[in-house]
Amino acid sequence: MKIAVLSGKGGTGKTTISASLAYSLRNSQYVDCDVEEPNGNIFLKASLTEREVVTVLNPVVNDDLCTGCGACQQACQFNAIVVINKKVMIFDNICHSCGACKIACPTGAISEVPREIGVIESNSSNTFMQGKLNLNEPLTVPVILQLKRKMNKHGNVIIDSAPGASCTVVSTIEDSDYCVLVTEPTPFGLHDLKIAIDLVKQLKLPFGVVINKAMDSDKSIQSFCKKENIDVLMELPYSKEIAQNYSKGILPVQYSKHYKDEFIKLLATIKERII
Amino acid sequence: MKQFVFISGKGGTGKSTVVASLAKYVSNKALADADVDAPNLHILLEHEVVEKTPFQGAKIAKIDQSKCIHCHKGYEVCRFDAISKDDVINPLKCEGCGACLLVCPVNAITLHEELTGHVYQSNLNGEHFTHALLAIGAEGSGKLVTEVKKKVKELINKEDYLLVDGSPGIGCVVIASITGADACVIVTEATKSGLSDLKRVQQVADHFGIKTLVCINKYDLNNDVTKRIEEYCKSQNVAIIGKIPFEPLIMKALQQLKTPMEDDRLEHIKNEIISLWDNLIKETK
Amino acid sequence: MKIAITSTGTDIKSLLEKKFGRAEFFIIADTESNEYKVIDNKAAMEAGGAGIQAGQTIINESAIALITGNVGPNALRVLTSGDVAIYRGQSVSIEENITLYKKGELQQINTAGEAHFGMK
Repeated sequence: MKIAVLSGKGGTGKTTISASLAYSLRNSQYVDCDVEEPNGNIFLKASLTEREVVTVLNPVVNDDLCTGCGACQQACQFNAIVVINKKVMIFDNICHSCGACKIACPTGAISEVPREIGVIESNSSNTFMQGKLNLNEPLTVPVILQLKRKMNKHGNVIIDSAPGASCTVVSTIEDSDYCVLVTEPTPFGLHDLKIAIDLVKQLKLPFGVVINKAMDSDKSIQSFCKKENIDVLMELPYSKEIAQNYSKGILPVQYSKHYKDEFIKLLATIKERII
Repeated sequence: MKQFVFISGKGGTGKSTVVASLAKYVSNKALADADVDAPNLHILLEHEVVEKTPFQGAKIAKIDQSKCIHCHKGYEVCRFDAISKDDVINPLKCEGCGACLLVCPVNAITLHEELTGHVYQSNLNGEHFTHALLAIGAEGSGKLVTEVKKKVKELINKEDYLLVDGSPGIGCVVIASITGADACVIVTEATKSGLSDLKRVQQVADHFGIKTLVCINKYDLNNDVTKRIEEYCKSQNVAIIGKIPFEPLIMKALQQLKTPMEDDRLEHIKNEIISLWDNLIKETK
Repeated sequence: MKIAITSTGTDIKSLLEKKFGRAEFFIIADTESNEYKVIDNKAAMEAGGAGIQAGQTIINESAIALITGNVGPNALRVLTSGDVAIYRGQSVSIEENITLYKKGELQQINTAGEAHFGMK
């Protein structure tokens, strides 16, 4: 089964939940798709020995064939091409690698070459994998798509998604078997949870909610979920102990048997929901 | 008029709580929520929406099914997996590159401006407050941020301050929120990830020549990390203008839709916020 | 000779704008006649590549120099290929920046600031 963990708002504990799930599930593969800020390995401490670069295709112009007509500039929706004094200038760092310029060129002067934009790192046993976007690169989706191609096809996979509801998140979660939405019991948490719910509903994915930092003083998430008939899968209490360990890079399942049992229970619940 | 932008690098550090608290304390100001992916200020601050404007920030392709001859050329050429085998476009995946319409033999495909969100202009006890919400799966949040800030600037008249709740992260959205700021305050937390994200976002602000100041939230969570944040700030010549302790009651106040400024149990936090503001004014004189 | 200055407002009393690609206005001034005109920077609202488009606008206006705060590498490439000299303006009005330029007191920029890769 493929479980994606996401949250509308950042800082709700998405990585805590996903890394704890991976830690509690034997032979599972943890895939960090938060490629701008992958930090699952702060907790899982895998030794990243394998490395594969992620490339995209960027256009290059053959000056012998180019007439400077400007069709490529016109075709490019991203302003990545300008033609000045009949000379084509291409800006790789805002190119979306869509290939429109190559299609538009009437003289066949444009070809495409690969360019590195990020890297996929994993450990030798392939139980941990993370994508990392190079600094100053705008396109996260190619890194995510490559991660997903390398992901275990069978067996259990836990996916840590980027926060929010952007196209990056869509690519990350779209073919998972189940989505875990992590939130916290504040009006902010509830508001952003609704955004995440809208997204998974649009994608028609089965999902449930994990309430992190749960407190008795606020049951707004619980009552919202009850009203909307949404599963609350688990509540992880608000605790200074968890926060302190988090600040040092230690997961609740790594220091407490109680929490380890809780996460094993959570996995069982998810399994039931998928079948 | 001075413009202060609050950013965080990492999400969930308490940035919006700090801004909402200042919104209750500082007078003669305008307010903008530039965290368009997950805007939160409007939840805490009682306001009245005066105007809601749709915002078109991206283009997507549309197929006129009555013209489509199902040659699948668009499907073949699309590199974003946004056209299905039966020639339907998935708006969540379309990047609006236009490659498909270049190959369509019957001109069945066109690019359309897409609604990517809404901009709100609100009245906050007689003061201007602009905010926005990005549509699900939409692109172009950087542009929406620019629009929110543009709108509030059009309205500003004699205000002394513009407070902006910026976006988390380090990317283009953050750059859009900090441009034009007199200072940006990085609200970080005393955790491993908080420190690494602080460094990256500080470099971004530095590059744009914007003065940065730091507020450490939950500073007593991990004294070792706090010390490292302080050392880093010192090495960068960045002043730390506030240190807020780990305080579960803040969450309880938020749950009752109150900022720490309105909760009697949080007098000590309130004092921290006030001193943060005083330091901010001092540092930007 | 025409020069371009990034501006926060629509007249020469306005302050210099430090951004280039996403500056709201460009003021195109004639250094001999002292006449000037204001143009809206349409690139300011582009999703990406604002610096590139803005660079092309400056070239199309036949400016020989640009006074601004920071230019990214993309804008620098465009401006250089169009033979536009770039000067780092000061945080004073457009008018004062023009005077400083004429006196040769502005520093020329030959290297780009870090790119900020457009807006997603």
